[in-house]
Amino acid sequence: MAIKIVKAQPPVELSKIAVSETHGENSPYFAGWKAYDENPYHEKHNPHGVIQMGLAENQVSFDLLEEYLASNQEAASWGKKVSGFRENALFQDYHGLLTFRKAMASFMEQVRGGKAKFDPERVVLTAGATAANELLTFILANPGDALLVPTPYYPGFDRDLRWRTGVEIVPIHCESSNKFQITPEALESAYDHARSMNMKVRGVLITNPSNPLGATIQRKFLEQILDFVTRKNIHLVSDEIYSGSVFHSDEFVSIAEILESRNYQDSERCHIVYSLSKDLGLPGFRVGTVYSYNNQVVTTARRMSSFTLISSQTQFLLASMLSDKDFTEKYIKINRERLRKRYEMIVNGLKKAGIECLKGNAGLFCWMNLSPYLKEATREGELEIWKTIMEEVKLNISPGSSCRCSDAGWFRVCFANMSEETLEVALTRLYEFMDRWRRDRHVLSM
Amino acid sequence: MLSAKVTCNSHGQDSSYFLGWEEYEKNPYDDINNPNGIIQMGLAENQLSFDLLESWLQKNPEPLAFKKHNNQSTFKDLALFQDYHGLPAFKNALVRFMSEIRGNTVSFDPNNLVLTAGATSANETLMFCLADPGDAILIPTPYYPGFDRDLKWRTGAEIVPIHCSSSNGFKITKPALEDAYKQAEKQNLKVKGVLVTNPSNPLGTSLSLHELDLLVNFITTKNIHLISDEIYSGTVFSYPCFTSIMEVLKNRNLMNTEIAKRVHIVYSLSKDLGLPGFRIGAIYSNDERVVSAATKMSSFGLISSQTQYLLSEILSDHLFTKNYLSENRRRLRERHEKMVKSLQKSGIRCLQSNSGLFCWVDMRHLLSSETFEGEMELWSKIVYEVGLNISPGSSCHCSEPGWFRVCFANMSDATLDVAMQRVKSFVDSIVKKNIQSRHQQLLKRDSRRSKSLPKWVFELSFHQREVGDELKKDRALNPCGLEVAYASWLWKIIEYYHYYIFRSFRHHHNIGATIATTGVAVGNHAFQKWQENDQLALLLVQSSLNEEAIDEDLSLKTYRGAWKALEAAYNHNLI
Repeated sequence: MAIKIVKAQPPVELSKIAVSETHGENSPYFAGWKAYDENPYHEKHNPHGVIQMGLAENQVSFDLLEEYLASNQEAASWGKKVSGFRENALFQDYHGLLTFRKAMASFMEQVRGGKAKFDPERVVLTAGATAANELLTFILANPGDALLVPTPYYPGFDRDLRWRTGVEIVPIHCESSNKFQITPEALESAYDHARSMNMKVRGVLITNPSNPLGATIQRKFLEQILDFVTRKNIHLVSDEIYSGSVFHSDEFVSIAEILESRNYQDSERCHIVYSLSKDLGLPGFRVGTVYSYNNQVVTTARRMSSFTLISSQTQFLLASMLSDKDFTEKYIKINRERLRKRYEMIVNGLKKAGIECLKGNAGLFCWMNLSPYLKEATREGELEIWKTIMEEVKLNISPGSSCRCSDAGWFRVCFANMSEETLEVALTRLYEFMDRWRRDRHVLSM
Repeated sequence: MLSAKVTCNSHGQDSSYFLGWEEYEKNPYDDINNPNGIIQMGLAENQLSFDLLESWLQKNPEPLAFKKHNNQSTFKDLALFQDYHGLPAFKNALVRFMSEIRGNTVSFDPNNLVLTAGATSANETLMFCLADPGDAILIPTPYYPGFDRDLKWRTGAEIVPIHCSSSNGFKITKPALEDAYKQAEKQNLKVKGVLVTNPSNPLGTSLSLHELDLLVNFITTKNIHLISDEIYSGTVFSYPCFTSIMEVLKNRNLMNTEIAKRVHIVYSLSKDLGLPGFRIGAIYSNDERVVSAATKMSSFGLISSQTQYLLSEILSDHLFTKNYLSENRRRLRERHEKMVKSLQKSGIRCLQSNSGLFCWVDMRHLLSSETFEGEMELWSKIVYEVGLNISPGSSCHCSEPGWFRVCFANMSDATLDVAMQRVKSFVDSIVKKNIQSRHQQLLKRDSRRSKSLPKWVFELSFHQREVGDELKKDRALNPCGLEVAYASWLWKIIEYYHYYIFRSFRHHHNIGATIATTGVAVGNHAFQKWQENDQLALLLVQSSLNEEAIDEDLSLKTYRGAWKALEAAYNHNLI
């Protein structure tokens, strides 16, 4: 009997995007995560495990949300209307639930202390800020074009802005020598660099308050950035995802305020990204928004949001929650206070350990300076100390290099994604480590 | 200032598919507040089984309250859960549900499942994974209008149609596949795969075993991917049973081969469960590279953890899913039958279908010209004059004009009745117009003719035959032996049809609508042609009757049947 030899079929090709590394998941930012996943800290079951300080989550105010849910059960079960469920289940309109858009707009106003107005008609809903940033990039830039982003920046941008869009990020280098502020010189330099590589610059994307710096951009610098983009006739995207996490409400200036003060002159180039993942601590619910002052962008963004709509079930719940002005006012205030307290706790704790931080006033993390402790002021030196901290101190923190920081030795350390007790444990470990390190150094130098 | 994606038309929003929608939004039907508004029949939604879900929700309030079975709160965990691997409990429940829909003939590994915000997102994500900008994907026509946006807009990919024709019930053939491939090559496009929707939107039919085999052979030879969008798999309500592409791979022993790695399934709960607002979609692939890339990409469209949790609870209730699936199918079957029968009464036929939330309706005989302009003209009348938003075949890239997708599951029974009544009135009015215009033509030809007619006779003519007799009441005998007072000129027309129909009928009455060859049912074209003529003649008879006559139940299926009934009803009324 003849044996039929079956020709082996080769694996069929995937797209270039699918096989590229632009998703960035091989960076140390994610490697630390893996180490944590393999050996996570638990105060009872695993007190020597890795404490996760690389995840910018806000866990300090859940009780307020749970309290709201307990007293407003209809919000999670489509209210008292009999046909509430089916109407909501059928609702897939990419305009989004009107009540929710209104609630979002009003919440964004409250977060800014009423210093800026938001029109619900300009709110475009997306499944998280991740989607919002990618969507805006698709709209503002063509493959091969460049967006200027100040360093250090959120590591996720490498994927969100570049992977499927084909757009490039050209860094605006900010330095520790001037507290990482975005200067006009740095802007010009980045622009020229992009042009020298034959890339068309489409816009500037800033995160305000900044991730990973944990600091708001001062008004003066915002005005300069706005002047710069106007001069170059490019866009400005302001990712204000941490706007509700500013410790003192008067210290945050949104681009929206500046535009209002300029009577919205030439504002079509400005777009704001927001999300409830940080301020409300609801990253799992996938609630993001693009707010644009450009009508064409709003229309297109809305159509594109078909690929990333927010579950109508979630829109309904949050519409109810955010329309409750008493609740939101109380939440914003208390959340701020708790974050400030946490921040002070970590900064003082680090100081005791002999570690300085950049002066911060917002966010869920602090920007820690370990540059005095590097063997060499290079990326390798930074990664070495990062590895030590991971393996010996058992803390997962994010190295500045994963945030494209031009100065070596800076680390982002999160403080809001754990209990106070766990934070104490982390600080104690760090204190003991630094103490040992100094004694060892002292011995060596003797 | 803005990217090319903003100004290009690939979002497809200017197509008639969406324009009809817009018209509906401006003037939506409401039985009380706007009874003359436009009835939405262009939206493929399943509204028939909500009560089943509502009753489940009433009995199981915990998931909505973010509570676990032990009454512990799961709110914080869910609020923080943004892992793109998805909620394990939900994925497990979803693959089990997918298996149940397929009669447990295949099983799915939750590790090969990627969750996305709806099938819209799943299809786009798959395209990003499988095709580079400028590559082509082959899709059988007619297809879901949304694909133009979902597959092409941001990905830069191209769609090349695989032309399917009414001559064989729009089935996919080998020559059609080959032609499409060649066409892509001619346009210098690299073909990366074939995408089929099974069951089909807009046809409402599930792919035959033969077609599925053809597809597997084709992608094997050409070394390309196959995407099977099985979003309507839970809506198969009658024979033939649904066969998933996975089952075919299994039966052909291809499961652990490279071929299986090229096959990817898209699913969603938007149609089967009627939950489009919740954005629940999924990609299933046997290729771990695709699963890996798609999982990362799903970051751009994750499902809300709140919703994942709710659905994991619903789908884990096996008693519920079993009952839901069978009851949902039953209701869809009933609705489908109701609409098909009603359309038949108006002389309108549908493609024989066994699934979906719509019928593929043949209105070619109502076109003023056999062109797409004619189709648009008819569609325009139907939207604006009749007040029904239905989807013209051209918006689905159908190669033949005159076909329309008409949805039946997104409204109440009563609304469907109203819609069908409107269709009947519309068709009657066309017939009346045709009669009147023919009458005018005839009158102009011979002005000596009396214009009076017996009050219960409408002038009617469907063909160009000369009529030279005087208009007068005349006794005549039809082949059934019925003495009817018809104007003799009218009788001559009826006689012509009668003779033709009876002659054909005697020849064909043993042959059914389908011929079974090699176990696969294919349409009997001769029968279809006969049936077309039979229905036209039936329409002729029905339209010639006045209200009294219509009150007798003469809405029978064939011309011969109608004559027999007339005979029975009026034999005593001879003049």
